[in-house]
Amino acid sequence: MIEFKNVSKTFTIGKRKVHAVQNVSLKIQRGEIFGIIGFSGAGKSTLLRLVNALEKPTEGSVIVQGTDISKLSAKELRKQRSNIGMIFQNFNLFNSRNVFANVAYPLRLAGYNKAQIKERVEELLQFVGLSDKAKDYPDQLSGGQKQRVGIARALASSPEILICDEATSALDPETTQDILKLLKKVNRDLGITILLITHEMDVIQSICDKVAVMENGRVIESGEVFEIFTNPRHPTTQRFIQSVQQDLPSASVLKEWSETDGGKLYQVIFKGDVTGEPVLSTVTKKYNVHFNIIYGSVQELQEKLFGNLIISFIGDEKNKEKTIQELQTLVDIKEVR
Amino acid sequence: MNVDWATFWPRIFEATGETLYMVSATLFFGSIFGIFLGLLLYVSRENNILENKWLFHILNFLINLIRPIPFIIFLVAISPLTRAVIGTTIGTTAAIFPMTIVATFSIARIVENNLVSIDPGVIEAAQAMGASPIRIIFTVLIPEALGPLVLGLTFMTISLIDFSAVAGTVGGGGLGHVAMTYGYQRFDTSVMIVTVVILIVMVQLAQWMGNTLSKKIMRK
Repeated sequence: MIEFKNVSKTFTIGKRKVHAVQNVSLKIQRGEIFGIIGFSGAGKSTLLRLVNALEKPTEGSVIVQGTDISKLSAKELRKQRSNIGMIFQNFNLFNSRNVFANVAYPLRLAGYNKAQIKERVEELLQFVGLSDKAKDYPDQLSGGQKQRVGIARALASSPEILICDEATSALDPETTQDILKLLKKVNRDLGITILLITHEMDVIQSICDKVAVMENGRVIESGEVFEIFTNPRHPTTQRFIQSVQQDLPSASVLKEWSETDGGKLYQVIFKGDVTGEPVLSTVTKKYNVHFNIIYGSVQELQEKLFGNLIISFIGDEKNKEKTIQELQTLVDIKEVR
Repeated sequence: MNVDWATFWPRIFEATGETLYMVSATLFFGSIFGIFLGLLLYVSRENNILENKWLFHILNFLINLIRPIPFIIFLVAISPLTRAVIGTTIGTTAAIFPMTIVATFSIARIVENNLVSIDPGVIEAAQAMGASPIRIIFTVLIPEALGPLVLGLTFMTISLIDFSAVAGTVGGGGLGHVAMTYGYQRFDTSVMIVTVVILIVMVQLAQWMGNTLSKKIMRK
């Protein structure tokens, strides 16, 4: 659906060159919700704008639905853009137009007649849950409502791709969840491929199938959200994940533990099916060892369960070793230091 | 000195009509050319939808060249050109020519300033929807900036009332001419007072209309 092939984008500001995107290669498949996460200045916003050629790549190519977007003529590009909806952090609604006229704008561009526009706009407003706000102006709406208008406007020309530029970053947590649910609905009910950028890991966790982590213009890690969450490799990725789930107790708690008890602590990670089985109790019972959970969580990611427990074992040293050895064949286990 | 009231009022009436004619004609032509130039100046800016460095710098230079010249000096300085174009330098129609030139460049700057305040994100959104530059000018830039633009044009109108009086003193007709010849040169205070009052009323009325219209556009 969308493919970045060795894409670089360099801006020249005065005499200084800024390498916003450096040699990025990514594939976004049809029907996916693909998230790109990075701190501000990582280059994700530039990368997103390459998809609808609001920015052109300095090197490499961006292939959208089989065509190299930078090779299109101005007219062909405008046509292609109507197939790529876009929503923004600051909504970018037309303040001089009411909700109806905002949503109607791309339809007017596409040459729909009045009756068709009315029908389509009403359908879209119904879809985003704003049927009663058609005559309101943007300055009369809340942030969440504005973004709903933005989504309706982006979907008006029936695009196959929706790109989201920090679409929830200006919203409060509750409204963020509402908008994310709506995006999920856009993806599931309308089959629209979504490419979004964000600096919030919970956005990735809530709706994305795949994720790419960006830093200094490069993609440092990418893959299925479940895989990245359960096995992050790059320190930056780990930092993002720790922002939504703390996998270890705080340093002071760990210190207190080692001072009072002195027993070793182990981090045990359960992924997918194994979370449904009584692995810990079966193995510890076999070797007559007790276990003590001192910290942990089990959460759902992409409809799969993911458990992370910090435990200590109590019992005979040799048996403890055998327990850990057997657990290693079933789950991820490592000592916490 | 006694005032001949029988000829006084018709003269004032005629002069008021001439002033209104000069101001409205100048506003009309000045707005057409000024809005066009202002839009051109804005869209040719760096990183804008029709970026063109040469065009931008030439327009910018022209505007900065004309605007600082005091109107009375400009009026006299371009009188050969006025004669070539209009055929004369005397009368209301002749005054409209230099007034339109000054108004055009002032309005161009006003338009540009108003457009700069539009959120670039809104323009980006229209681009992302596949709107062409011309389409963006007419369906995004003008509607989004219209409220402040009306206030800018109101400000211009009031300047034009001022300009028309200046033009009147050097043969342009209108209230300025009446105030100058009867009020100043013949020391007729009552004529002076009446023309000043009429000018004040005109300015107040123009401001009120501008405010009302822009409020309506901005829905406030």
